[in-house]
This record gives sequence, structure tokens and C-alpha cells, in this order.
Amino acid sequence: MSFPQKPENKRTVYFDHAATTYVAPEVVKEMMPYFSDIYANPSGLYAIGREVNGALEDARRRVAQILHALPDTIFFTGGGTESDNMAIFGVVRKHEKNGKHIITTKIEHHAVLYPFEYLEKHGFEVTYLETDEFGFVSAKQVKEALRADTILISIMYANNEIGTVEPIAEIGRELLKWRKDNNTKYPYFHTDACQAAGAFDLDVEKLHVDLMTINASKIYGPKGVGILYKNRNVNIEAIVFGGGQERGLRSGTENVPGIVGFAKALELAQENREVENNRLTELRNYFWDRLEKEIPKVRLNGPSLDNSELRLPNNLNVSILDIEGEALLLYLDEYGIVCSTGSACTSESLDPSHVLLACGLPYEYAHGSLRFTLGKRTTKEDVDYAMTYLPGIVEILRKISPVNLKMDVKENTHPQYHQR
Amino acid sequence: MTNTTGAKIQDKQGNTWLYSDTVKDHFFNPRNILFSGEEDKYDADATGRVGSPACGDEMVIWLKIDPKTEKIIECKWQTFGCGSAIASTSMLSVMLSENGGMTLDQALKIKPQHIMERLGGLPNRKIHCSVLGDKALQAAINDWYRKTGQHNKIITTGAKIIDKELNITDHDIEEAVLEGAKTLEDVQKKLKVGVATPEAIPEIEQLIRFYSEKYYGAE
Repeated sequence: MSFPQKPENKRTVYFDHAATTYVAPEVVKEMMPYFSDIYANPSGLYAIGREVNGALEDARRRVAQILHALPDTIFFTGGGTESDNMAIFGVVRKHEKNGKHIITTKIEHHAVLYPFEYLEKHGFEVTYLETDEFGFVSAKQVKEALRADTILISIMYANNEIGTVEPIAEIGRELLKWRKDNNTKYPYFHTDACQAAGAFDLDVEKLHVDLMTINASKIYGPKGVGILYKNRNVNIEAIVFGGGQERGLRSGTENVPGIVGFAKALELAQENREVENNRLTELRNYFWDRLEKEIPKVRLNGPSLDNSELRLPNNLNVSILDIEGEALLLYLDEYGIVCSTGSACTSESLDPSHVLLACGLPYEYAHGSLRFTLGKRTTKEDVDYAMTYLPGIVEILRKISPVNLKMDVKENTHPQYHQR
Repeated sequence: MTNTTGAKIQDKQGNTWLYSDTVKDHFFNPRNILFSGEEDKYDADATGRVGSPACGDEMVIWLKIDPKTEKIIECKWQTFGCGSAIASTSMLSVMLSENGGMTLDQALKIKPQHIMERLGGLPNRKIHCSVLGDKALQAAINDWYRKTGQHNKIITTGAKIIDKELNITDHDIEEAVLEGAKTLEDVQKKLKVGVATPEAIPEIEQLIRFYSEKYYGAE
């Protein structure tokens, strides 16, 4: 009994595009002049400062156009996490006198979840919406959670772990109606669209969102740059103070190369998204078909793969029963196959993925979860390469595992967590 | 043994997980495994099983013991767990059976830190992965004592009840600390301990400090 023979030509096949993407060459090209040639501070009044400022404002216009918004609604930030924090703390600090109830979901990224948990400890009341087993929340749930003192709702556009696409537009419409019926401007509606930005429509008029987060590093742009879209009618407090850049809401000299790269990356992503979505969906489904056929006891996590509107086209999340995700991940890495896991052993809390648990997945299934996220460069050969080694590695790890779970969740007895 | 070529993995707090070459060797070439499906064919003298897949770790140890000398002739195992857990059990099995085998008395003296030393160290947050092997071994040795009628030798770790409402013991707190809890709040998140019995909180905090220092060293 031994592990599959190591490949003679070991390749790296990257299935972690939801963690980050490479930077597209076209994007790098567009960024390059702004490092050493056109480098002045855009706040400078001299000609070369004005030139950089022109590039900055041009990038803002290009981003605004894609969002069907006005340029002055786009605020450049240091990434998705910062944009989320800016939206959440910005709104509550400005509007807390009008209400201290805020709503989010149980499956948000930690950049949203942790600010909400922080606020909960500091006098806010938080409703965490439950999801169904596929990760969906509904507009009806949101409506039922609304109160006269609700000032903010934050719901992600698409989930980073299981790819669930939330009904943002529907929720947005429900909120418009609520505000009209109750003659109020609250609650404001924020969405984290980091994962959705490369795949779905970002028209803020159609989505009916007041605030939206996007970052560049998930859409073949540079790391460390993002935007917060903020509707003109929404006032927020700054959380970063200093030189007053970005109309006083995000001080700090602008990351001009990054911002120019962001604009280019977003344009590219949106231009090709339908063709690329179809290609990725087909490839992802091919991957799952092979996994399901060639490895016993594999469970698909997240929404069905059939409806391309309801799941990110590049996302595949599976639980491989009886083995632990980190061990599997490290073995795959030895063969050049790169992916991620929701196992506890890779998290800081030693609890497995909060998203999988929120979907009702038992701990023992969550510990064996693997996430494969495909990207622009992923080919059928990459999937075939992974499937050359994965079944053999799984077989061996199962041979050294004392666990033998049933596929049907209900058939397993669940010893209480911590009972040893 | 040098650490410098080990696999670097960073956790979310930016701390580096550094797997030593020995850890990698035992992870990728585990020793003394009893493959699943072959358990029935293996005539073990004693068996110990701890953990559960829900916790993220489960481990079984089989021992063959010479009844005259009470030396471990062979140690076989299976593990459901991460890289560190697999490497730790593999190393433990080597330590128990090398150089003609350990006596049970010697074996019972093996502590997680001995396994870690032999592995060239484990990342801080992975220490709990080596603790389970120690517990599985103890369970297996108890099984031997039970089977050979040496009931006086069975080690019952005296658990002390800390929270009467929830019947939570000092072992539960130890477990929580090993799983990464650092503060009363962390422990309460996991165990709800002391929520209904606030009078227990000073003792709980003392135990958290004690186990934190025991496993992670003084702050």
C-alpha cells in the first residue's frame, strides 16, 4: 500500500482563486507607469501631480461606469476588509442615535462578521440570519427581522466558501418598500461583492444597495486595493483620519498604481464574464462529475451545480468523508495541487468553517471539506492532473483512518463536541 | 535536525507554522500503520481509542505486549487527523517499539513534549495534536491491565467537577485550552462554563492560566 507515484514533471495546479488570483498581464501593464514614471502625489498642485490626479479620477469614472453610478460614489480603499469595516463602522457611528439594531447573516466573511460581533459587545443588537442548508437567506427572512430601530443590513453577494449567491436585488427591493411604507431612510443596505465581482452584474441601481464592497485581488487585480461604493444619500463617518483624501472618508495618499490596476481588472472581469462563466461552469461540473464517479463517499457542499445564477461558477466545495482536510491538503500540495479546506486545523479557532456549520453540516463532515476554486488559467488538463492523484491519496488516507462515516448525515451518531 | 527546510504555513494571525523535516517524514511516510480493513487479522493484546471525527481527531492504538516482561513488542495505529496528528502518532509508535520495546511503566511516562522533541518541535497551535496519542496509549495500557486483572494499576485520571450545573471538569477546561482558548471568554464560548455558576469563575480562570502555562509556556 503506497501513495500514488510522484509525477515526473510536477506541475502546480492552482485551485484557490477565491483566496486570491494572479494579476492579469494587461493589468500589470497598465499599472507599470505609475510606479516610477508617473509617481507624484495626486494632491500635488503642480503639473505632474495633476497628471496623477487625472489618472486617479479616470479610474474612478471607469469603475463608476461599471456600477452604473456617479464617480463621486466610488471610494478607493486598502482592500475588501477595509471597505467592509468602513461601511459598517461608518454607518453605525453616524446613525446610532437613530437605532441600534443591525442585521447580517451567519455566513459572512469575517471582515463583516467580526465588526458585527464587536458592535454586539458595544451596545448594538445584532440579528444573525440563519441560512438554509445551501447557504441561502431570503428576502422574507430579512423582512421579518426588520425593526423600527434597524439602521444597517449587511449581506454578502456571493459566499467565498460555498459559492452561494444571495438574492441581493430582491432584498434591496424589499427594503425600498419597507422604507417607503414606514417613511424612513433606514436601514441602509451594504453588500460585500468581493467574490461576485468577477462573475455577476454589479449595477447598483438593479441591486438596490446603498453600499458595496469590491476588491481587486479576487478579480486578477493587485492586492491591497478595493472600493466602497456609497450612495450619495448615505452619510457615513470616516474611520481613518489624516490628510482628507477620498473626500475626507479615507485619508492616506492614494495607491495610484493599485487603483489604476483595479479599474482595469474590473473592466476585464466584467467584459468577459458571460463567456468565462460558461467555461468555468462546464469545467467545474466536469471536475465534480469525476470526483463523484471516482471517489466514494464524497458530498457536495453548497448549492446545486445546475443553476448558474445561484452559485459562483468557479466554486466547488466537497466533503471527503473519513479524512481530515488539512492532511489531505498537505498531501495534495506535495503533488502540486493547491486548494483550501474548512477543517479546523487551518483555522485560528480550531473550530471548522463557520459557513459549513451554519449550513447544518456536522463537524465531522466539515473537518473533511475541500474547496477548489477555478480561474481564468484553469484548464481541463489541470482538472485531469488533480484527478490523477486525488483518488489514490484519498484511498491511502482512508486506510490509515479509523473513521468510517455513513454518507447519510442522519445515520451517523454525533458525539457531542468535546466529549472524548 | 534542522528546521530551516520545513514547510512553512502561516495561520491567520501571521504566525508561521513550521513543520520540521522529521514531522514531514513521518507524515508522508507514516510508520507502523494497521491499515483499515485489516484490524480483524491483527491479534492485538490491548487496544485504546480516543477522540471522535467531530472533534477533528480520532486515534486508535493496538499493542502487542510480552506478558513476562510487560514490554511493548509492537505498536500499530490509525489516525483521523491533521498532519501533526498523523506524524505524532507515527513517532509515538516508533518510540514505543524501538530498541526492543518499552516497558509499560516506561511507556506511561511518555509525555506529549517527548514526542514533540523527537519530532523536532511542533507549531504552538498544533500541540494538542500530539496529546491525543498520549491518551490513546494510556487507554490501551489500561485495556491491558484490565485484561490481565491488574485493576489496581488502571489509571483513572481524577477529574474534578468545576461547574456543578453543567458537570464540567478540569479536563474539559484543559481540553478547551489545548484547542486554542486563551481567555475565560474563549472557554465560555466553547463550554458555557460558569455562565450559570458565576462563583466558579475564579477557579476556572486559574485553571486556564495553569494549562496555558503548561502547554504554551508563561506569557
